[in-house]
Amino acid sequence: MTEITIGILASFGAIFVLLAAVGLIRMPDTYLRISVTTKAATLGIGLLLVAAAVFFKDLSITTKVLAIILFILLTAPVSAHLIGRASYFSGVKLWKDSVLDDLEGKYDKSSHKLKSDIEEAPEKKTNQSGED
Amino acid sequence: MTLYDFLYYIILPILSISVILIIIRFLKGPSIVDRVIALDLIITTGIGIIAVYSIITNQPTFLDIAMILALIAFLGTVAFSYYLEKRNK
Repeated sequence: MTEITIGILASFGAIFVLLAAVGLIRMPDTYLRISVTTKAATLGIGLLLVAAAVFFKDLSITTKVLAIILFILLTAPVSAHLIGRASYFSGVKLWKDSVLDDLEGKYDKSSHKLKSDIEEAPEKKTNQSGED
Repeated sequence: MTLYDFLYYIILPILSISVILIIIRFLKGPSIVDRVIALDLIITTGIGIIAVYSIITNQPTFLDIAMILALIAFLGTVAFSYYLEKRNK
């Protein structure tokens, strides 16, 4: 029974890692590649590590595996966001069929600061209070 | 078919094929960001290979190295994105 569980977990993990690799090859755009690799690889590696934890049946190893999974879950979105931000600032083009670019015209290329409507609203309020 | 055979003849080849596909993207990648993503994914796949290999050889000590590899992957990506932003400023 334990062997069947390990086999199923390892199979799904390997399939998800393979899907991440195929997505990295097939996706047409840097941003889509970031999206694919972050999600699919995190799930695949998590399943493989859980398979190792089920195999060893030891409290210390299970704790170690949970620590690795927690670390990957915490750091994968952060690194994906950082590298996506760096690629947008360095001028990587979107795919030609992409429909929406929310950041278009909203950031300053020299200072790397983003403009938004939320930041402008408090300034108007302070101006009005100053006039009053 | 025992668990050893299943992991050795099916799971490890699948993971090896994924690493080969990622290396193709690493060599091809049009921009440097693609190469950084591919490098990150190679290290992440290496963690999975280490997990499967620790099951095959019955050596749980290998999982320590998996944790260190996860740390190195995160630090590498953060450093690359930091310097990419600084370079284009």
